[in-house]
Amino acid sequence: MGTINFEELKDRNFGKDRYVQPDFYNIDELLSEEHILIRNSVRDWVKRELSPVIEEYAQKAEFPHQIIKGLGEIGAFGPQLPAEYGCGGMDYTTYGLIMQELERCDSGIRSTASVQGSLVMYPIYKFGSEEQKHKYLPKLAKGELMGCFGLTEPDHGSNPGGMTTNIKDMGDHYLLNGAKMWISNAPFADIAVVWAKNEEGKVRGIIVERGYEGFTTPETHGKWSLRASATGELVFDNVKVPKENLLPHVEGLKGPLTCLNSARYGISWGAVGAAMDCYDSALQYAKQRNQFGRPIAGFQLQQKKLAEMLTEITKAQLVCWRLGNLMNNGKATPAQISLAKRNNVEIALDIAREARQIHGAMGITGEYSIMRHMMNLESVVTYEGTHDVHLLILGMEITGENAFV
Amino acid sequence: MSVVPDTTTKITFTDNNTKFNSQGVQFIINPYDELSLTKALEIAEKVGGTVTVATVGLADAEPVIRKALAIGANDAIRINAEPVEGMFVAQQLAEIIKNDNYDIVLTGRESIDYNGGQVTGILAELLNWPSVNVCTKMELVDGKMHFERDIDGGRQSVIANLPVIASAQKDLCEPRIPNMKGIMAARTKPLTVKEPVQLELKAHYESFESPSAKQAVRMIDAEQAGQLIDILRNEIKIIA
Ligand SMILES: Cc1cc2nc3c(=O)[nH]c(=O)nc-3n(C[C@H](O)[C@H](O)[C@H](O)COP(=O)(O)OP(=O)(O)OC[C@H]3O[C@@H](n4cnc5c(N)ncnc54)[C@H](O)[C@@H]3O)c2cc1C
Repeated sequence: MGTINFEELKDRNFGKDRYVQPDFYNIDELLSEEHILIRNSVRDWVKRELSPVIEEYAQKAEFPHQIIKGLGEIGAFGPQLPAEYGCGGMDYTTYGLIMQELERCDSGIRSTASVQGSLVMYPIYKFGSEEQKHKYLPKLAKGELMGCFGLTEPDHGSNPGGMTTNIKDMGDHYLLNGAKMWISNAPFADIAVVWAKNEEGKVRGIIVERGYEGFTTPETHGKWSLRASATGELVFDNVKVPKENLLPHVEGLKGPLTCLNSARYGISWGAVGAAMDCYDSALQYAKQRNQFGRPIAGFQLQQKKLAEMLTEITKAQLVCWRLGNLMNNGKATPAQISLAKRNNVEIALDIAREARQIHGAMGITGEYSIMRHMMNLESVVTYEGTHDVHLLILGMEITGENAFV
Repeated sequence: MSVVPDTTTKITFTDNNTKFNSQGVQFIINPYDELSLTKALEIAEKVGGTVTVATVGLADAEPVIRKALAIGANDAIRINAEPVEGMFVAQQLAEIIKNDNYDIVLTGRESIDYNGGQVTGILAELLNWPSVNVCTKMELVDGKMHFERDIDGGRQSVIANLPVIASAQKDLCEPRIPNMKGIMAARTKPLTVKEPVQLELKAHYESFESPSAKQAVRMIDAEQAGQLIDILRNEIKIIA
């Protein structure tokens, strides 16, 4: 399993992550005791298990498989789903906070958790049969099974409705053909939730298990972004899928889009996590680094950067908190989620770029997390609906006019 | 278990420097107590038994106590009083220990806020139990507790009969981080609040003083090392 000595690395770098969260508006006061307990526990776990190893895994473009069990224990996989299926039974605020803490360390690891919780477990929970829920959810929650979500195709990204992957009803099974691309977790996933068109051209969800004949998952290499997350293709060459693997309770694009809403919600928290890490690092650095006989934090230009970062972080934190409450009450609309995802990823990218400059040359090295965050966020701004696509969703909501086509 | 300010807290005082200013401060389990809690859980998991957490503190200590339950303690007792001073805390704890049949009481070597380090010793005295301080190893073997302590230039092994009280030193074990299952379970674990026994306070804190602010670093040219001696002797006066 990879070339890196996980335990040795963990011991060597333990204690170096000294992150302190900015909370300029005392937003912690808006959270419950349990929210804070979970948030702090995930943060402690990240500092102990993840921060010490993440840079090396990202540099070598490997996924740290050793963390999967811990991610399950800490509640990163589907904490918002009910306890009767082995999940956390927590609210969406908790889910958001967990995503924030994971992405504070690395967007790639948060991606693994987002995919598992929102794109694999959530559709099984929401659209699956009772048998499917009991068969898969408890194991997925523990990380004993890992999943991936196949929607994007080589020729259909922003326009998933154009997909060509298809299932044919063969009487006692479905025959699945086609290919998916840019699929997070694909190279190691045990199961895939795949969206494909049936004979009538209706989009259906189907669970495909590793090992089915004709199903392969080649890895995508050469990424400059999300390097600690494994990305790959799903190739289906006349794959026989048992009939009971079809998700019975949804038809049409609504299926995948509902999942995306849940994942995008988590990303809007996650992105703030990345932004807070960049800000914290930049602030510490600016206070310590002396030029012209004084800390660079004393120069107006650097203060402008830091003050603006904190302003944007504070606004984004409040957006997350409010959106969390809307989610908890089942009232969040897709357009509200689009606003949060779009805004928060954008400010995180801007903050990463500014933070990188504050770190000077040091900012381009793996000594600091900034450049990794910055490169990661280039994927985050593209997946789960590109920056443009979320603007079009908002535009349509405001004007009632569809500008997609 | 004491509840102390997070280690990154900026410490300030109020009321004419007689009280710690807790405004905006995050509280945590005293790190040494976190070790003793973990060790207690390890012992209970190995040989059976339950772990009770006891804290002298006001209601604002409860989130921290809840964390101890999430880490794995079976139940908790909060004695509803401000932990004003070591003797007072030990007397309150002694009351509940006397009332129940505990075999082992584990504490931390000191609390990292006031660093009193008194409770373990006073408690042992009040209970008339053996006590072993500042332990780096604790194990229950055949009904006896085996301890190790670092001493100047070596290590001491101690074996004690039960009941016994012992305090944790760092390196005793790796503290546990609460997981989701533990946090869910902690919701329904009993946290009993008891009123304190009335005691006369025999000591109180008179005042506090913050350390003076750090001064800027001064560079001294290597060619003029003699200047350094001069500064240390005549200006800062730390060498004769
Ligand atoms: C690291 C990574 C992991 C991923 N993981 C997954 C996964 O797990 N599962 C999955 O299904 N997918 C995954 N994706 C795919 C991702 O969701 C798609 O890349 C995304 O939807 C965009 O599709 P595309 O790349 O084909 O770009 P395109 O859709 O080709 O877009 C290219 C550009 O055109 C713009 N554009 C497109 N349509 C319009 C329009 N109507 N008006 C104006 N501008 C438009 C876009 O905004 C973009 O700037 C992942 C991608 C990455 C990079």
